[in-house]
Amino acid sequence: MKSSAYSGAERILDPMDDLYRDYILEHYRRPHNFGVLDTPTASYEGSNPLCGDRITMMLGVSDGVVRDVAFTGRGCAISQASASLLTDEIKGKTVEEVEKMTPDDLLDLIGIDISPARLKCALLSLDTVAHALADMASKQDGAEPGPG
Amino acid sequence: MADTATHAAESSPAPAMTHATHAATPAASPSASARPAPARIDPYRLRTDFPILATANRFGKPLIYLDSAATSLKPRAVIDAVDAYNAEYSSNIHRGIYEIAERATAAYEAARASIARLINAREAAEIVFVRNATEAINLVAYSWGRRNIGRGDTIVLTEMEHHANLVPWQVLVQEKDGDLEFVPITDDGLLQLEVYEALLHLRPKLVAFTHVSNMLGTINPVRELTEMAHAAGALVLIDGAQAVPHAPVDVQAIGADFYVFSGHKMLGPTGSGALWGRRELLEAMPPFMAGGDMIREVHLRRSDWNEIPYKFEAGTPDISAQIGMGAAAEYLMGIGLDGVQAHEQELTRYAMETLRREVPGVEIYGPEAEARGGVVSFNLPGIHPHDVAQILDRSGICIRAGHHCTMPLHERFDLAATARASFNVYSIPGEIDALAVGLREVVRIFGR
Repeated sequence: MKSSAYSGAERILDPMDDLYRDYILEHYRRPHNFGVLDTPTASYEGSNPLCGDRITMMLGVSDGVVRDVAFTGRGCAISQASASLLTDEIKGKTVEEVEKMTPDDLLDLIGIDISPARLKCALLSLDTVAHALADMASKQDGAEPGPG
Repeated sequence: MADTATHAAESSPAPAMTHATHAATPAASPSASARPAPARIDPYRLRTDFPILATANRFGKPLIYLDSAATSLKPRAVIDAVDAYNAEYSSNIHRGIYEIAERATAAYEAARASIARLINAREAAEIVFVRNATEAINLVAYSWGRRNIGRGDTIVLTEMEHHANLVPWQVLVQEKDGDLEFVPITDDGLLQLEVYEALLHLRPKLVAFTHVSNMLGTINPVRELTEMAHAAGALVLIDGAQAVPHAPVDVQAIGADFYVFSGHKMLGPTGSGALWGRRELLEAMPPFMAGGDMIREVHLRRSDWNEIPYKFEAGTPDISAQIGMGAAAEYLMGIGLDGVQAHEQELTRYAMETLRREVPGVEIYGPEAEARGGVVSFNLPGIHPHDVAQILDRSGICIRAGHHCTMPLHERFDLAATARASFNVYSIPGEIDALAVGLREVVRIFGR
């Protein structure tokens, strides 16, 4: 991530810009894919009770591909912008590809320095998607959800 | 002693907490003797007692600490007391027959006496040392609760309780098949006393409530609530974590049965706290934890319990933290809690006025300044408190953002979270001005 590219001096001169960048605020104000799917194949509501962040992810999956995705939620700019960015990213990807996404992949996508205290906010969207897919898999197989 | 306290309370010009508590007996500390009582405190002078206030954040901004309701900063006197134990007489208490061990025992028991004096307990033996207010409540719930709460018994709480004064009772009534009832609050954040009165007709065994709300700042009329509960035959536990650091508290005048508070919110170290209970209640209660120090005689198959308070203090405690808590009690009594209360009330009024004037759209929760302690919870429209706190952090401003361990209270107001500024003896108006500037910056960033 780009944190290593910053020198201490630059941070002091321009401290505000590394977290609340325009595109983050833009995704927060006008989130992409915000809404509901009428008949989602996978759906899950995730929350961070400690912050009150809440995200419901709905996926439309066919032939192993995420054809459609929508989310609703409320919470901080980081959690909601993260969900907006993530939904853009996973649309059209195979379930397998989405399941392989790591927290670092999402943090790269968000592209800002996230302090440890805010990691839960940033990662809630991916966590919720993972739960939705695991629920779907367990229903289809009648098996226990995998470690995804 | 009690007469003096009662007289002082009745004759004082009715600042916020006098209907709930009595003025403490005059502090005996030499540093207070030069001041007229009730002395106005000088927060600018006191600030030099807090080394952390001379520090700066990663951007070189000085620390503006507005999260004292979470934990307070520590004055040099407390830091030195902790250091002295570790550097000069580190040894176990109540055991050693040598000089430093005797010094440790004496310091530990002197701290207990200081804390007893701080809340005007009848005797130091009624002060049980615990890690924090949460542990004190758990102690009562396990020890008193498991012996006295049975099937169908009711405990009355309020909607504004910290999780610490909620969850232990949930666990207890689930185990014993008892019931919980809750006093609701008004939109202004005050207890609905007529509902409280009605709930007392259920003949609860225990009523437990907070003295000062850590989210709304509401100062509850603890003496009145206690009298009503006693008239209905209930015992009373009061969570004083947000009261003891900020105003004179007199447990005898309040008349409660149990009163709990944390050391770290009253300028003391983390890991220190106190349960005050009436002697006859504590004596009748079984031990909470078993082990060393809480016994008089141990045989292989049975033991006799020690006297109070040691019966409840199994194992080696956090000795230095309790000694530090005693130093904090002396520090507070030295500067005078009447003055602390007046200062923080003035500051709270200033904060509410300033934020409402300077920050467009700010919504402040809870009662007006005259009915609240030094806590101001608020929201900016459309901006999550975590984002507010994160942006303020860049300017060195520390506030709390979240539900402040009061999820049911946030649900009551249909809030996911709030931002909270809270004050202590070292807080000054300039910090509130900085908060207002910071909040305007938050609004600017989110509005761009």
